[in-house]
Formats: sequence, C-alpha cells, structure tokens
Amino acid sequence: MAGKVGARIKRKEDPRLLTGNGYFSDDIQLPGMLHAAILRSPHAHALIKSINIEKALEAPGVVAIYTGKDLEGKIGRIPSSWLIPGSNLKEAPQYPLAIDRVRYVGDGVVLVIAEDRYGVRDVLDLIEVDYEFLPVSVRQKEAMQENAPLVHDDIENNIAFHWKAGEVPDEEIEEAEVVVRESFNVQRVAPSPIETRAAIGQYNPGNGELTLWCTSQNPHIHRMVLSEVLDISEAKLRVIAPDIGGGFGGKIGVYPDEALIGYAARDLKQPVKWIEERNEHFSAANHGRDEIIDVELAGTRDGKLTAIRVKNTANMGAYLSTFGPGVPTIDFGLMITGAYDIPKAACETFGVYTNTTSTDAYRGAGKPESTYQIERMIDLFAREIGMDPVELRRKNFAKKEDFPFTNAQGLVYDSGDYEKPLNKALEILDYKKLREEQEALRNEGKLVGIGFSTYVELCGFGPSAVAGAIGFQGGVWENATIRVHPSGKVTVFSGTSPHGQGHNTTFSQVVSDKLGIPLEDIEFVFSDTKAVSMGWGTYGSRSVAVGGGAISIAADRIIEKAKKIAAHELETSVEDIEFEDGVFKISGVPGMERKFVDIAKSANYAWNLPEGVEPALEAQAFFDPENFVYPFGTHIVVAEVDKDTGQIELKRYIAVDDVGRVINPLTSEGQVHGGIAQGVGQAMWEGIVYSDQGQLLSGSFMDYTMPKARFFPTIETAFTETLSPVNQLGAKGIGETGTTASIAAVMNAVVDALQPYGVTDVEMPLTPEKIWNIIQTGGENDDTI
Amino acid sequence: MEEVNVTVTINGKKRSAKVEPRMLLTHFIRDSLSLTGTHIGCDTSQCGSCSVMVDGHVVKSCTLLAVQVDGSEIITVEGLGTVQNLHPMQKAFWEEHGLQCGYCTPGVMMAAIGLLQENLEPSDEEIREGLEGVICRCTGYQFIVSAVKHAAALMAEEKQVVGEGR
Repeated sequence: MAGKVGARIKRKEDPRLLTGNGYFSDDIQLPGMLHAAILRSPHAHALIKSINIEKALEAPGVVAIYTGKDLEGKIGRIPSSWLIPGSNLKEAPQYPLAIDRVRYVGDGVVLVIAEDRYGVRDVLDLIEVDYEFLPVSVRQKEAMQENAPLVHDDIENNIAFHWKAGEVPDEEIEEAEVVVRESFNVQRVAPSPIETRAAIGQYNPGNGELTLWCTSQNPHIHRMVLSEVLDISEAKLRVIAPDIGGGFGGKIGVYPDEALIGYAARDLKQPVKWIEERNEHFSAANHGRDEIIDVELAGTRDGKLTAIRVKNTANMGAYLSTFGPGVPTIDFGLMITGAYDIPKAACETFGVYTNTTSTDAYRGAGKPESTYQIERMIDLFAREIGMDPVELRRKNFAKKEDFPFTNAQGLVYDSGDYEKPLNKALEILDYKKLREEQEALRNEGKLVGIGFSTYVELCGFGPSAVAGAIGFQGGVWENATIRVHPSGKVTVFSGTSPHGQGHNTTFSQVVSDKLGIPLEDIEFVFSDTKAVSMGWGTYGSRSVAVGGGAISIAADRIIEKAKKIAAHELETSVEDIEFEDGVFKISGVPGMERKFVDIAKSANYAWNLPEGVEPALEAQAFFDPENFVYPFGTHIVVAEVDKDTGQIELKRYIAVDDVGRVINPLTSEGQVHGGIAQGVGQAMWEGIVYSDQGQLLSGSFMDYTMPKARFFPTIETAFTETLSPVNQLGAKGIGETGTTASIAAVMNAVVDALQPYGVTDVEMPLTPEKIWNIIQTGGENDDTI
Repeated sequence: MEEVNVTVTINGKKRSAKVEPRMLLTHFIRDSLSLTGTHIGCDTSQCGSCSVMVDGHVVKSCTLLAVQVDGSEIITVEGLGTVQNLHPMQKAFWEEHGLQCGYCTPGVMMAAIGLLQENLEPSDEEIREGLEGVICRCTGYQFIVSAVKHAAALMAEEKQVVGEGR
C-alpha cells in the first residue's frame, strides 16, 4: 500500500459528483419545509422611516414576516472574530436585520417566510419601505477625510482600526541612494463561488436541538459564533456543511442570514430554507481586497534593498466581517518584504468603514496584495537602476542557508530555497532567448512583456498561541480521529471542511501509507459538528499542513496501540515488532506476523488484550503546529499587447511552485490552475464597481466579468520540493499560491510590454480601453513605435 | 396561480407534474422531479450550471419554462451514466481531474457533449471557445479542456453515440 503519498491519484469524491449524486444545500428537502427570502436595501445609506407589511401579510402562503425591530433583543449582534490588538479597533454593532438605518446596498431589512419558493419572492414585492436618504461614504480615502459622512455616528472619520508594525525612520528612506515610490489600487473583487450561499434550519421542539445546514467553510466556527448569537447551547446546535460549491473565502464569514434562518426555524418550529440569488450574493456576501497601497522602497544603486515602508488604506465595508480586520493587517503587513532580505520594514494600515458590502478574506487574503506590491516594486526598482529584474531578485532573496529565516517584521519562514523554483522556471522559459526576441519584436513595433513573481506566502493557520496574540477569536489547531472498525476498514473524522479541494483523496493517501490499507478502505467524515468534536475549518491553506498533520499523528497512535496487541498475540515484546505495509512482524522471524485487519478484529473483540490496553482501536490527535508554513515559487507570464485594440494576450504562463511535500500532483496542479485563474482574473477582468452614490454597478454575471475558458493560455506547471519542518508530512499549503503569485506576474508582464511608452504602472483590471488609452496618449512622443 | 400539467420523458422515463405556468425548467427538474444533479448558479443564464439536453440540444434550463418542454425528451446528468458504468464524458472528467467542487460540472459536461456533437475532434482552442456558455470558478478550465479532449477520444473508441443515455 505504500507509495500513495506523491502519487497522481484520481479523486475518490468524483464518481458521486459526476453522476448527479452530490448533496448540496439546495438539494435538501425536508417535510413541511418553508422558504425564506430577504428584502434588502436598494440604497447605500438611508434611514428606515417606516415599513409597511400589511399587503404582504395577506399574500397567499405567507407564514411569517420579521423586521429588524421585531428581532431586537431576540437575536444577538453578529460579531467580527478577528479583533486586532493595539489598533484602537472599533467594532460597530451589526444586527441580523437593519433596525432603523441601512448602511449598504444589500443590507437586510425584512425576512419573509412563506410556503413556496416562488411565492416568497412575490411577497417581497408587496412590502413598502419608506427610506430617507443619507449622504454616503464609498471610497476609503475620502471616507477618512474630515466632514465625510459617517457610516456609524460614533466612529470618528470612519476609522475602524489603525494598525502599525515595524519602524522605518524617515532618514532610511530620504538618505537612501535610490528610492522608488508607487501607489497601487488592489480593486474590490467578488469571490464568486458558482454555488451561492444557503441555509436550512430545522428545529426539534422535543429536545431543543437546532440543526443548521449552511454553506460554510468552517462549520465549527459557525457553531461557536451562532450559539451565542442565537443563545443556544453549542451542545444543542448542530451545524452541517453539506457539499459546498466553492468558497474561496466567501463562505468563511458567519453572516446575519444564517442567524436569521436558524432563528426562524426555531421560532416557527418548521424547517426553513434560504437559497441566495446571484445578485443577492453580489451585494450581501463578502467581497475581497479593496486596498490602496502606498509604497516606498529604498536601496543602493547596485541593487541592495535596504528598507520598505508601506501604507495600506483598506475599505472594510459597512461592518467588520468575521475575518475582515486580519486581512489588510496581519496577513498583509507582516509579509510586505516578500521573499527578500530587506533589513527594515514598516507597515501602517487604516481600516475604513464605508457604505459598501463588507470585505473579508478572498483566496490568499492579504498575501496576494502584499506579493503584488513587493513584486511590482522590485520591477520598478530594477528599472530605476537599470538592472535585470531577475538579477535584482536573486541579489535580495533570503538565502537558502539562512532558513529558518526571520523577516524584517519578525515572521520566521519555516523553510525555503528561492533560487530553486526560479532556476527551474527560467529553464522552462528560456529567458535569455526570450529577452532577445522581445527586443527584436519591439523593434518591429510589437509589444511583448515578461513578468515575474517570485513570491512567498504565509499559510497553514497555524499556531494557536500566535492566533491569540494577533487577536484571532479562536484557536487554529486541528483535530483528527481515526476509528478502526472490526473489519479493518477505517473512518476518519477531521475538523477541516472541504469544498472542492479533494481532502478525501489527499488525506486517504496519507492514511493509506501510514496504516498500509487500501484507499477504498478509508472513509471520511467532515463538516458536521455533531460527528466531528471540534475543528477550525478550511481556509488559509491550512487543511493539509494542519489537518493532515493531525491525521498523521492519529495514525501513529493507532499503530502504537496495534503494536502492543500484535506483540501480545505473538508473545514477544513491543520493541521487537515492526510494522510495514499493513503487517506487524517480528524482525528476523519469518512467518510470525499479524495483519492490520487481524489486529482490528482482536482490538474490537477484546477477547485477549494485553494488560493495560483498552478495547477498540481508535485514536484522536489534536495538532497545534509550532509555526505557519511558507510556500514559495516563481511564476512567469509572457504577455503581448495589441497596439490597435489594447487587447492583451497571455502567450505563456509558467508556474513553478514549492509547497513542500506534494501529496497528489494531480489535485495540486488543479489547485495551482484554479488559483492562477482567480489572480489573473483580478489583474485582467474582474472588479466590483460602486457608483459615487454607493450603488452596486456590477451585481450579476452580466456586469461582472467572470473569466471563461478561452481567456487563458495553457498553464505550464512544475514543482520543486523543499520540505517543511512544521508538520510530519513536510507539506505546505497550495490552495492560494496561484492567486498570490499570479496578479503580480501578469501586471509586471504588461507593464514591461508597455515600457516603450514610459509606463510604470497600470491600474487593475487591464481593460482594453485602459490599455488603448495609454498607447494613444503615451505613444505620441515615442519614435520607436 | 392555476397549475398546469407538464409531461416529459426524462432520462428515458415518462414523468408528469403539475406546475405553475411560470415555473422554470430548471426548478421543474430539481424540485418537481427531484433530479438535483442539475444546478443553478447565476439566475441570468451566464454560468451554464443548469445545462441539460432537450430533444438532443444542449439548453440552459433556466432559459425555458417547464410548460415549453411539455412532451419533450430531456437528458440530465443522472441520465448520462452510473457510478458503475460512467459515460465517457464522466469518465474523462474523473481521469483528467476536470472538476473540483463539482457544482458546475453537470452543466459543463452537458455543454461539452453538445460541443462534441458538432465536432468530434476539437482542438484545445475549439474546446475553449466551445465552452463559452459555462463558468467554472475552481479549475481554471485547464483540466476541463483535457477532459473534453480525452472524452472525444474515448467516444471515438467506444463509438458512443453522443448524448445517448445509458
């Protein structure tokens, strides 16, 4: 059975999903089930003068209508779970429905419950809400100005928090030989899983148990938070995440809507189902990014970087979402030096309330932004001193011999060898030849650019003590139980919560190698708080590094106990027992052996166990890693800009990633592709747009450009393996590396292509109109074109 | 609202249900006939997750009313193949890792079957163009393209009639 880890194995979860046998939230049908719909604010900022539900109450099939006032004191406020210490954080209370004032387009106003799915939508149209408009604050920098309209009256200048890490004195910048300054706008985007959010509540009045199925990446966090919001014991609240149609961070948050559905099911003592519509998802589900990043990078003329100073002004939306405050601070600000040994660094972040949808973690959460700024700055610096961008990178990389490497902000990178993936990627690209071709093409008037991103990412959340120190309201250890049945088949319970990543397969490979049993003998239970005692879910590329680490330890405990039983049966001492490929044997004595299935049976029957050994064969492990993990790599983009239309074509995309041990190359490549698609999407097409009045102008797939198949070239992937010392598997996270790396790679390529026009920065997304305008205005005085 | 009777042959079986005239085909399939393999992703006919075959053509089932397909023959993902006997398209998606969360997958496979109906030997570029009507957020499409290519080869090998249920 050995050799499963590292093998290209097709996924165990697929036959079910491929044949229409998945079980997603909307597939759930319960007897007597009612349907919910939420009337949302069409205005960015307004007082609710009155709500008239008279006509709505008479509509056929209406069961209940709740306004914010009806629920006052009955459902608690929805808290943020990441309260950054030392940042003067002011958390504005968010209630499940707006009470007297709406603060963004999409803010919930009225909850309607009716007998059928179409009927409940009709009822929304019969409700009259009288609003009195208030002035709005939409863009973060304006919202911080004196006299800007306040989103929350008692929060001065709309500043939710002000966080600082590191010091760089002015003279470090001012007296440096070279200083490069740039301001980047990392625009707001929507995570956009193809399955929208959903919640189904079912209450049992007999025992007071409330079951809530919801589209959560972290059902135990949902249980923890909602038990308080709904004032119900954690022991009586069961949260289940069924099959989830993608998350990307958008399903981390504990939302008002989930609390509403749980409340209504309990109040009405009937099951209630809420399925979010796509336009509702665009306005009411968390967005990502929306950060304005001002950077100063100092160094010497010969290319030694000496200091970096960054200011991030982050648009948090109307309320602080579950993980929201951690993204532009901890996740971003401690990683601003990227893969480089820059001795001095400082980051200052303002989190700003505005009349927009809340922002929270989106694939990469802070790391795509930190990578974007440093990788763009490296290119700008290289250009300033006339050095090849690859050479500047090499010159400033944290050196292989310096690992574990402490960056200027105090984070300790677990393992790394940054030259390795860079060299491999350059080999695939044939860099020297391509630079020569680029020059020749430029002379012919063709705009080709090469962009690099030699990223490092912080992931694998993580050590719980550190989580506490950075204000995370919970732990981030992981939990695994392996239960060996009498037949030798096993069920594994994990506190991670997959939603497309393929945990069942990856984790089975780990267990199969450990216990020497076939993949098909291993089943998994995830995402049900009644079945899995505790866990912290799936985000921050933590599942393999932390969840897999826990599974690996639990497997060791199974083997340890099984060895005792085998030794007893073989009448020898435990020290003499060897376990290999599913067989316990006495070293040097052929024929004296017990198979894993034999021990499974004897442990469970317990007819003849050694003294002090309890019956059954089950082990649980709680793994709290001592550090995060830091995957790294090199992504290279070759882009060509069409001068006449402003269209950009990605000619090549090369990704060489080092994520420690690659457990399954097939699913790992899939993660890399998907991550890249989302980063390239941000760079080139995607963007949530608000009008100055706070109207959401990109509220459907008709207005928001979702990348399609024809938008992408074939991505060339490869891996190098530098193991992590943090977990038994040597594995790091892979889910977010693609997104983290790709934004900068694309942008560097396009800016490089536009170099003949003297362009140093282009704002994302790279719409053809924007590029065409640059060419039209910038090219006039350039006689090479 | 007065309900009307709609009868279809779906995955080879004749099924009837009384529905509101405004009911979308996609809800008819999912809620009235309890075939939940077909999914809804966008409400505005962009994502293609709800794609099914109606009388041999691939259709986004959110673009039709149930009453419009009265008397039609429909194939959904449940009619393609079973776990024990996968349709070549399903087999190819499995082997090439053409899915991650699996939500868009039934619709994407239907769209791909429609594509192969027109062209049994598509190039990568033709596949990418041909999948214009579907959105996948997980895969970055690369392994979907490999899967469709692989499916074309498998179908040619097995002389599988495109879109025929098993």
